[in-house]
Amino acid sequence: MERAPGIPQPVEALPAVSLAERRERIQRVLRGDLAEDRRRRLRERLITGWLFLAAAISVLTTAGIIYTLSIETIHFFQRVSLVEFFTDTQWTPLFAEKHFGIAPLAVATLLVSSIAMLVALPLGLLAAIGLAEYLPPRLARLIKPILEILAGVPTVVYGYFALLFVTPLLQRFIPNLQVFNVLSAGLVMGIMILPLVASLSQDAMLAVPQSLREAAYALGATKLEVVWRVVVPASLSGIVASFILAVSRAVGETMIVVIAMGNTPRLSFNPLEQMQAMTAYIVQVSLGDTPHGTLEYQTIFAVGTTLFLITMGLNLLSFRFLRRFREIYQ
Amino acid sequence: MSAPTTERRHIVVPPGQPALRVETLSVWYGTRQAIREISMVIPERSITAIIGPSGCGKSTLLRAFNRMHDTTPGARVEGKVWRNGIDLYAPDTDPVWVRRQIGMIFQRPNPFPKSIFENVAFGLRVNGYRGDVAARVEQALRAAALWDEVKDKLDASALALSGGQQQRLCIARALAIEPQILLMDEPCSALDPVATMRIEDLMRELAKSYTIVIVTHNMQQASRVSDYTAFMLAGEDRIGELIEYAPTREMFIRPRDRRTEDYITGRIG
Repeated sequence: MERAPGIPQPVEALPAVSLAERRERIQRVLRGDLAEDRRRRLRERLITGWLFLAAAISVLTTAGIIYTLSIETIHFFQRVSLVEFFTDTQWTPLFAEKHFGIAPLAVATLLVSSIAMLVALPLGLLAAIGLAEYLPPRLARLIKPILEILAGVPTVVYGYFALLFVTPLLQRFIPNLQVFNVLSAGLVMGIMILPLVASLSQDAMLAVPQSLREAAYALGATKLEVVWRVVVPASLSGIVASFILAVSRAVGETMIVVIAMGNTPRLSFNPLEQMQAMTAYIVQVSLGDTPHGTLEYQTIFAVGTTLFLITMGLNLLSFRFLRRFREIYQ
Repeated sequence: MSAPTTERRHIVVPPGQPALRVETLSVWYGTRQAIREISMVIPERSITAIIGPSGCGKSTLLRAFNRMHDTTPGARVEGKVWRNGIDLYAPDTDPVWVRRQIGMIFQRPNPFPKSIFENVAFGLRVNGYRGDVAARVEQALRAAALWDEVKDKLDASALALSGGQQQRLCIARALAIEPQILLMDEPCSALDPVATMRIEDLMRELAKSYTIVIVTHNMQQASRVSDYTAFMLAGEDRIGELIEYAPTREMFIRPRDRRTEDYITGRIG
């Protein structure tokens, strides 16, 4: 019989095999599979073990930090009351007449962070809008890394930039500006955290679906209206989260405040004067010759814990905002 | 360089007042041409369907009618679109003014992440409407056959509505600024059959007072709702052209062009 090409030939009849031989073959295959299976399981367990170890190290480090902080902080508060810590307006643990009021340090930190945010918020938001909405994508891709270089500059450089460039510049316009002052430190810190705000806000804006922009254009909105009435509101929680992360970065910033803001803990609200930020105090004591176990030594842990709680609170808040943001567009 | 087309095209000119007169319209994305020299007349207060296989440039043509290509980087339009003696692409024609008169409904419902009320009020707010916003919102929601379903939850998020409700909300949002023409880009492709039927009923109702141009993949939909049908096809150079344009009934019963017949009967596309 003729067969058209392409049609497969009928399968040859299987060679006769005894039942016992078939059973033996099956068992051989199963044994091999089992051995392979065991090897695979072992390999997987090994990998899981490594991953667990890596995760455990970071968790343990955090736990260790919290443990050290709490032990010394508890010792500190056994000798100094919480009331004094929060209500006293002087911070003089290193002097003969000791006061333990966190207020001068906290106010200095908040003041310098506020100035930094006054710079970083509007500029960062505008930079993000420009990158996400106005610049051609190719140009934005070119500019963003340049902006992010700002975030990579060592903070010690920013500190000297504030002290040796910004302060003398400002002194031409504000004669009574002190050599160490909150204003310069805040302005430069603002420039430092600007890329953080710009980059995260831009990501939030790029996550807004193009279809929403088109919907607004189709309703007769101008570019400006599309940006301010659709894109910014739709990415608001992402923008807010970037602001909060930037604040927490500012609060924890150390080198700029150590170099350019001064080391005198004074309760004041005048940004033209010198003050000491929380982080700067910790540096001062750490570098000094304060013996372990003394009350002076414990003060830095009390300050450190306060700082830790502030930044952790801010980070948690920002994660909540980010989560809400993701829920909208999933 | 492609040779100019000399073949005879079956393109009718609908009688009556034209809503849009399209003249040798071509669109490029970067260096790639997407549609070539399309000329047609869209009749007023009727539904015109644009059909054709994927990639034939249906949506590209539709988006040229309200200058949506202006918002796409790299897109370029040549040719003219006339409306009441004004060329929509003339240098002194404001694209925002064009889109205010020619609204658009998109393939996927795209409500803003705002309340139902604010979605419908959006167009009024950006156009500086000074009258009673609440009344216009209600009127638009009624016109889109959505009012009864949402009247008790106008402050609820628009994203909580079902897909079909969201699409009707988008129609209400477009109607609120009282455009004269509505462009619909496959408005039912993301909806189930029941929601699709509701939108089609709504379209028939709206066609009494608006001009509607709808792009659809679905030939049954085109034959059910439209008065005129345009068939587009991309040749071997992947540039979309208008092949045939006729009253819908005529096109589906007795297509003049071989290629239209092949497409309608399911031989291509």
